[in-house]
Amino acid sequence: MNRLRYRKFVNSVMLGMTGIFTVFTVAVLFLILGYLVYNGGKSVDWNFFTKLPAPPGETGGGMANAIVGSAIMVGLAALIGIPVGFLGGIYLAEFGGKTVGFAVRYTADLLNGVPSIVIGIFAWTVIVVPMKGFSALAGGFALSLMLIPIALRTTEQFLLNVPRSLREGALALGAPKWRVISSVVVPAASKGILTGMILGIARIAGETAPLLFTALGNQFWAHSLNEPTNSLPVVIYTHAIAPYDEWHRQAWAAGLVLLGMVLLTNVAARWILARGITVQKG
Amino acid sequence: MAATAIAAGKSRKSRNLFVALRGGDEIAHLITLVFAASVFLVTVFLVWELWVHSAPSRHKFGLGFLTGTDWDPVQEIFGALPYIYGTVITSVLAMIVAIPLGVGAAVFLAELAPTGISNTCTFMVELLAAIPSVIYGLLALFTLVPLLRSYGEPFLKASLGFLPFFTGPSFGVGYLAAGLILAIMTLPYIISISREALLEVPRDQREAALALGATKWEATSQVVVPFARLGIFGSIFLALARALGETMAVTMVIGNDPSIHMSLLAPGHTIAAVIANEFAEASSAMQISALIEMGLVLFLITIIINALARLLVIATSRKGTAHAA
Repeated sequence: MNRLRYRKFVNSVMLGMTGIFTVFTVAVLFLILGYLVYNGGKSVDWNFFTKLPAPPGETGGGMANAIVGSAIMVGLAALIGIPVGFLGGIYLAEFGGKTVGFAVRYTADLLNGVPSIVIGIFAWTVIVVPMKGFSALAGGFALSLMLIPIALRTTEQFLLNVPRSLREGALALGAPKWRVISSVVVPAASKGILTGMILGIARIAGETAPLLFTALGNQFWAHSLNEPTNSLPVVIYTHAIAPYDEWHRQAWAAGLVLLGMVLLTNVAARWILARGITVQKG
Repeated sequence: MAATAIAAGKSRKSRNLFVALRGGDEIAHLITLVFAASVFLVTVFLVWELWVHSAPSRHKFGLGFLTGTDWDPVQEIFGALPYIYGTVITSVLAMIVAIPLGVGAAVFLAELAPTGISNTCTFMVELLAAIPSVIYGLLALFTLVPLLRSYGEPFLKASLGFLPFFTGPSFGVGYLAAGLILAIMTLPYIISISREALLEVPRDQREAALALGATKWEATSQVVVPFARLGIFGSIFLALARALGETMAVTMVIGNDPSIHMSLLAPGHTIAAVIANEFAEASSAMQISALIEMGLVLFLITIIINALARLLVIATSRKGTAHAA
């Protein structure tokens, strides 16, 4: 009887601990959110979105150039990454031969696993060195390399989820394959693909390491894509490790803005997938 | 190919149209192939660039690069050991903390929690994975580090100070802080993938154990978890690969001290952190080359770990855990 009581005791202790671990993990999310809102909320004001960073020692100033810089580089990355990932994904799901398909899938997974700092090195060797300077172009290129594998594999996955009967129905009506793909298969998978692309963009918007020595950073406005450009993640990093309290305040504000954008995008994307709008093109 | 038969029976005009449309198929095939192949080519090009640009360093230092402990940009002597050591120590530390926490939480979410709570918690855990690493670094630098300096590290020294791992002054920054923040960052990967592996375990496995008189915990720990072990190991390797390659959060709390310390409380350095710190301000071509070789080393470590993780996850999902073992 004692043995049974011991076993029941172990049972409740261990199961209780797994519950505590879960509560701990979820609590971390709320701690992060709460602490950022508490610290960043005090510093986010109108100036934050409209002014340039103040020099060390001065108060005030904002992060307007970093917000615009981030938007430009993420936009550039989307411009390269989404077409490559989307069309490549169509190839894998609809045309892919065994050998080529395997090679592309394998290297895409490889690229997805490459540490982001190494992606930065690659962008430095192929863009910064030949163009003799840090630039938004190099930063956008580095980010696109992180977006491509995500876009590729989600497109492939959601296209493969489209039932065979839909394809066969369209083929039986006499439609050629390209027409079946563009008018039937892709629209049927569009919700999933859209969600994947949005999640991918949210992911690269927060990346810092690939931008450190490709876009570098800039206290002022960048006037072209060939100049060093500020971005929110990099500005959080440089301001957080600097010894000025005023800069720390700005770092918290930038952190709150970045996290807010990333989390909102995530929630929105999942909402689209779960029950939201279906994008129909025809 | 019903389309072929229909088209063939029609007039010559529509035959031509059909040929043209078949041409459309070939064009579509070709265009998508070009984009798919570009992914392959760019990855090969990445490895090639790392290899070529690290050549000066590889030729000068040879294998000694991996065992050298000096990092002197002035005299251009570079050795990677303290950085490799820091990368491995912080990642191992992260795994020691994250594995029990992550697998425990996955067990709770898969076995105990009602579906609604389980799905909500999993959603929140996945949001945790979406938080940018620089934000983890920001929080760690201003909350975790001061807490460790004033409370955590003095406590560890008082209680476990007889071990060589918990000695020396309390800086706050160091291997311990980096390991802890990495643990928190990798938890979501372990939880969500392990949970899926646990949910794949057939019901009758659980019920058989319970029918034999096992308690819920005994059924879980001796039947369900071993059954899902490949998926769980896969999640751990994936988390390990993330930890090894993680840059920003670690760079902000590691302390940037390029030497090897036994004590976990001491400041250290990692491969990713030294690249982030020194690349933009490197003073010589040899330093750049050495940093790129570090990137190559990091790349090789992470692709090996990633490949292992993927093999395990694929083995689980394709064949069912028990048969694959």
